[in-house]
Amino acid sequence: MSELPNSSPDALPAIDKENRLVLIQREALAFVPSGVSPAPRASAKNGYYELPMLKEPSWTWEIPLYFFVGGAAGGAGVIATVAQFSGASPDLVWDARRLSLAGAFLSPVLLISDLGRPERFLAMLRVFKPQSPMSVGVWVLMGFSAGTSTANLGEWLAARGRFETLAKLMQIVGDLGALVFGLPLATYTGVLIGATVIPVWNRNVSLLPVHFAASGLNAAVGLLEIAGHRTPALQWLGMGSAIAETGIGVMIETRSDPAEEPLKRGPSGWLIRLGGVLSGPVPLALRAISLFSKRGRASKLRRYAAISSVVGSAITRAAWIHAGHVSARQSRPA
Amino acid sequence: MTTSAFLTDSTLCIGCKACEVACKEWNGVAADGLDWSGLSYDNTLSLGARTWRHVKFVEGIPEAGKGGNDPASSPWNFSSDVCKHCQTAGCLEACPTGALVRTEFESVYLQSDVCNGCGYCVVSCPFGVVEKDVEDGRAFKCTFCYDRQKAGLTPACAKVCPTESIQFGELQDLRERADRRLTELRRRGVEDASIYDPVDSAVNGTHAIFIVRGDQKMYNLPPNPEVPTQYLRTGWTSAAIAAGALLAGTLLAFMGSGGKKI
Repeated sequence: MSELPNSSPDALPAIDKENRLVLIQREALAFVPSGVSPAPRASAKNGYYELPMLKEPSWTWEIPLYFFVGGAAGGAGVIATVAQFSGASPDLVWDARRLSLAGAFLSPVLLISDLGRPERFLAMLRVFKPQSPMSVGVWVLMGFSAGTSTANLGEWLAARGRFETLAKLMQIVGDLGALVFGLPLATYTGVLIGATVIPVWNRNVSLLPVHFAASGLNAAVGLLEIAGHRTPALQWLGMGSAIAETGIGVMIETRSDPAEEPLKRGPSGWLIRLGGVLSGPVPLALRAISLFSKRGRASKLRRYAAISSVVGSAITRAAWIHAGHVSARQSRPA
Repeated sequence: MTTSAFLTDSTLCIGCKACEVACKEWNGVAADGLDWSGLSYDNTLSLGARTWRHVKFVEGIPEAGKGGNDPASSPWNFSSDVCKHCQTAGCLEACPTGALVRTEFESVYLQSDVCNGCGYCVVSCPFGVVEKDVEDGRAFKCTFCYDRQKAGLTPACAKVCPTESIQFGELQDLRERADRRLTELRRRGVEDASIYDPVDSAVNGTHAIFIVRGDQKMYNLPPNPEVPTQYLRTGWTSAAIAAGALLAGTLLAFMGSGGKKI
């Protein structure tokens, strides 16, 4: 195609015009179909011209980020409440409560940003549909926000020595709310994407809630450690979630279902792997070494483990959403 | 209460796309681009936010006797696709706002003024029908001409169809009509014709049934459409176990270590 001279034919001598015709003929011959048409055919195997049967998820980047934020907030809510009732250091309780509060406020912002207009978020608050995980989830988020807000407000009042009995009651009730709603907040997103028609999500409907719970706890522990907390409890929780993430990673790698391919191949596969390694083996190894290290070094190692876990948790959510897109694009009638 | 339905008979479709045009005109649906796909005469490719009727031009793999007199030419079928208005609809179950409702005609209707564009119906439709309009931000799909049906009129696509390939009526009547048509087609030697009506699947049948030639998968019609709600029990059970483990682990970690600081 680039062989054709770009100048006007009239400006060329006669012999060049003749040569030009030869060039045009050569170019045209390239378009004559030879043998089988290159266009895809409709077939039982490829469906309709290899076009996807399902629609890709329409969610923007805010949704995987919300999965991460909500998961971490839910985990932090559980930690705050358990830490409070087990008599852990008040610093830890307060930071865990603040982390929950931050997550509870950031989550609707992210959701609204995905929806486009604030009043669209309110449309979800006009009904409660138990058969819709999205509806259940939004009410769980509301409950969690109410709980953690109450606990934080109670703490704020208590710190100023005002309404002491009320402040104490608010902390207890608020913490319980954060626990009761924090547990589903850290897990429901697994049901949300598992109970869809997207094959790769659907096949993992029983794995995803466990996976996301471990990921959320990992992130919550990591964020609290980054904030400077070094209690043994956080170390054990970090260890536990890293072990769970390692196990889940091995499980994903060793299964062989064609629908699971987006979890193993291509960019989405590598993203899953990266998230898995950063959430599982890396923090697990760092934490294990830290157990046998001197205090200063151990603290530093736990910090690295924490950073790795937080980044890994965020990547894991993005990777699963990405895998869903790939899975939808690959969908054929079967 | 009647159960409105479409019977789309592909053996009568001439691929004129009048249904696509009528649907867009009556419902005021925006154009969806003028790109050439290179896939037969199909340039809209699938149902979507701005394509509520979609004519498929199904060119199959050449098979002697299926593509006319020339054994090398491929079988070519036209089929006008539409929202299936499932008896048990994934989109309707999933919708968190109540925007998707079941109408008095048993169709699945998306109320645009309630829809918030969460996109959960998009990943809950086993047929890939409903789609979020990226510019508008809300989801859209076939309304089954709810406004026209309210006024006792036939949906726009069925009204304009010049060959009665799209038939509108009561579901049971249309099922009987489809059976009669299939018998007739078989009598004439059209052995590869079949009815698409997934009654024994999770959707419990659709309110848009089809007569097609050749393998139904060539039309991207899933043999076993699933409704995601059927996985809720597994999902929530797993979530409960995960939540239990999360709580137990946290309790163990804090009680076991006495919560003390190193």
